[in-house]
Amino acid sequence: MKKINKVKIKINGRKRSINSKISLKSLLSTNKISLKKVAIEVNEKIINKKMINKIKIKNGDKIEIVHFIGGG
Amino acid sequence: MDDYLNISNKNFKSRLIVGTGKYKNFKECSEAIKASGAQIVTVAVRRVNIFDKKKPLLMDYIDPKKITYLPNTAGCFTSSEALRTLRLAREIGGWKLVKLEVLGDKKTLFPDMIETIKSTEVLTKEGFKVMVYCSDDPLMAKRLENAGAVAIMPLAAPIGSGLGILNKVNIKIIRSRTKLPLIIDAGLGQASDASIAMELGCDGVLINTAIAMAKNPIQMAQAMRFAVIAGRKSFLSGRIKKTIYGKASSPKKGLI
Repeated sequence: MKKINKVKIKINGRKRSINSKISLKSLLSTNKISLKKVAIEVNEKIINKKMINKIKIKNGDKIEIVHFIGGG
Repeated sequence: MDDYLNISNKNFKSRLIVGTGKYKNFKECSEAIKASGAQIVTVAVRRVNIFDKKKPLLMDYIDPKKITYLPNTAGCFTSSEALRTLRLAREIGGWKLVKLEVLGDKKTLFPDMIETIKSTEVLTKEGFKVMVYCSDDPLMAKRLENAGAVAIMPLAAPIGSGLGILNKVNIKIIRSRTKLPLIIDAGLGQASDASIAMELGCDGVLINTAIAMAKNPIQMAQAMRFAVIAGRKSFLSGRIKKTIYGKASSPKKGLI
């Protein structure tokens, strides 16, 4: 059986272990996150949503996905 | 003549801005917004709950194409946190109009004006149109104007306190010294407070807690709507001079 390399990352403060070949775009789509309603940061750098299919997830990446909620 | 609230070259018919926090659910929130007639609502930027995808989303209830979302930095205590939040907010949907709020004290939620002014300068340079929560200090208001703010938003009283306008004199002084939209941001408790703000010459009010935490939020939203309209019309009409003596309203001529 072919061994799949895993990387350890943090999404919204929670630890996750994912396939190393995955792009940011597929990470979002597997989590069913609509790009239109969110903004994304990788290691505190805002990601241009048009570029997300080119961004590969690396070991130790800290990803933040935010949206609008009710607030004063 | 039409009387609009003009913020950064955009006209709004309603002078009432409402917050979207503290409601029981999004349904109640959207009904209250409708009853208030507000065209601008404040929203917060927070992490997506990626582990519970069934949770309803604000955008499903309040259409950003119909209501202007005003991203807010509520909960930020430093300039860098506030800048990060608003840069993310812009990325969500291309919003340039934002509300800056940099808090300085957890107990009072008073703004840290040094950090606030610094952040206003940076955001303005980055192309943001910044509406700024601030203390009711006329000098600070002027500094914010010089830093590029598009609206001055002094507190009436501490956020969520419901105390009403504590320092009417300061609000009047700020009014007389700025041509920028002046919007009371925090501390109102009931409809008459909103009318008083408008009678002082403010261009608008922002209300969250007083509506969301009222026993009947929908009815209070409606009350606030009318109070803002009443206060504005009263201000524009020019009130009578105060006198300590009585002046009869009926003519003496023809008395029997």
